[in-house]
Amino acid sequence: MFELLGIPPQVLMGQLLLGLINGSFYAVLSLGLAVIFGLLNIINFSHGAQYMMGAFVAWMLLNYFGIGYWPALVLAPLIVGATGIVLEKVALSRLYKLDHLYGLLLTFGIALIIQGLFRNYYGISGLPYQIPDALAGGRNLGFMFLPTYRGWIVVASVVVCFGTWFMIEKTRLGAYLRAATENPALVGAFGINVPRMITLTYGFGVALAAFAGVLAAPIYAVNPNMGADLIIVVFAVVVIGGMGSIMGAIVTGYGLGLIEGLTRVFYPEGSAVVIFVIMAIVLLIKPEGLFGRAA
Amino acid sequence: MRETATLNETKAAGGDALLAVRDLNGWYGESHVLHGVEFDVKPGEVVTLLGRNGAGKTSTLCAIMGLLAKRTGSVRFAGNETIALQPRHIARLGIGFCPEERGIFSSLNVEENLMLPPRIAAGGLSVERIYELFPNLLERRRSQGTKLSGGEQQMLAIGRILRTGAKLLLLDEPTEGLAPVIVQQIGATIRELKKEGFTIVLVEQNLRFAASVADRHCVVEQGRVIDMIPSADLDANIDKLHGYLGV
Repeated sequence: MFELLGIPPQVLMGQLLLGLINGSFYAVLSLGLAVIFGLLNIINFSHGAQYMMGAFVAWMLLNYFGIGYWPALVLAPLIVGATGIVLEKVALSRLYKLDHLYGLLLTFGIALIIQGLFRNYYGISGLPYQIPDALAGGRNLGFMFLPTYRGWIVVASVVVCFGTWFMIEKTRLGAYLRAATENPALVGAFGINVPRMITLTYGFGVALAAFAGVLAAPIYAVNPNMGADLIIVVFAVVVIGGMGSIMGAIVTGYGLGLIEGLTRVFYPEGSAVVIFVIMAIVLLIKPEGLFGRAA
Repeated sequence: MRETATLNETKAAGGDALLAVRDLNGWYGESHVLHGVEFDVKPGEVVTLLGRNGAGKTSTLCAIMGLLAKRTGSVRFAGNETIALQPRHIARLGIGFCPEERGIFSSLNVEENLMLPPRIAAGGLSVERIYELFPNLLERRRSQGTKLSGGEQQMLAIGRILRTGAKLLLLDEPTEGLAPVIVQQIGATIRELKKEGFTIVLVEQNLRFAASVADRHCVVEQGRVIDMIPSADLDANIDKLHGYLGV
């Protein structure tokens, strides 16, 4: 293999893979945020906490009920999604008539409560979660070593992102969703139950966050703060991609993960801030985001 | 020459009416826009609401659909009192709504727009029949909904409520801003729909168009129906009507 600017290809590919994995989480999380924002007009600040709950529910299923990784990949999003549905029914649905700021503040407060509760019961040192046997180990691709589980994260996130995009852009159900995003009153006047659609959409967005949490559990320690650390970057991704744009959320998620990885190779000191620098530039040049529609 | 029917006569017909509106009051936020609207529509009739800008015609349709912030009085449809119902439940009783701004969704293509309103009863037109009525829509069914011309968007807005099995169609100014040839086409479509058995309430400012499609005309002024003129008596009342409309 070639050498680029004195960087060995193993290092470059390794960091690109790491960037792609981070990008997978950015994509799935910002996709959930975009789906929720599109229909509810609420910036879901609980998203990081719900991602963390996904990881914790997977850990609890294993340690309290002996239920392993594969069932947890389905069960944890369902369980956390159900808590989202309750939250929407009990609290969020009362705020739609008010300014968006109230929804943001409520979800932010709820995130703090959830994180506080988990810190209280489980501490902050992090709990281990084993990589499932089928995905342990790795393989040598010739130019780099690919841990199987990391490859799986990329594949699983691409499948989920594509599936969500397809459902929203190409199906009948998605047409209802897009129409209700544009003009909920008229969609209601056609006899469609928009409030139920809103509830289920919030539950689905939350389930996406929890799915990312289960994916993360084996490689990051299961920790009450894991969501809070990640979600700040994810919000920057959403701002860059454009609020409410499905394809924008996905493409920017992966793209920024890769850019972050490249920065780590060529200018490691900048890797922690590169996404925020891009966010500032995008806000200056195209405030509605790269894929956003002008307001 | 026949006598113009009085308001009392139109109200007395409430028994066999498909739609019976009584003492309908409506508010947009704090502003009280409807002040006791009363009229009836019998099955199979085409009735227009005529009146000047701001008289309350569009608000009356929105109030029938339950889309105003607040409404009181009585709106009976096919024997059901709807005044306390949500718009989606009112729609499901069999009312199709075509709003003034047409309400074509820009993120949906033509066919998705057409297929959006769910079937609420048997007896709606087939998609083939709708494309037969509006051949332009078939040609452009993969286009983005809002890329259509104004006339095509109007056809789409009418077409999509014909599929659902709704018996009563509320059409809000379907001819507004359209070229005369398109207006004629929409007029022909409305007469066709009447033949198919649809009942239609039409908001109009265009008196000639209204006269060419409707059985009766309710004159709306300051949030009330102040007069009712059957189409047959239109010529005799044309000066009075011009007075109402300020033309």
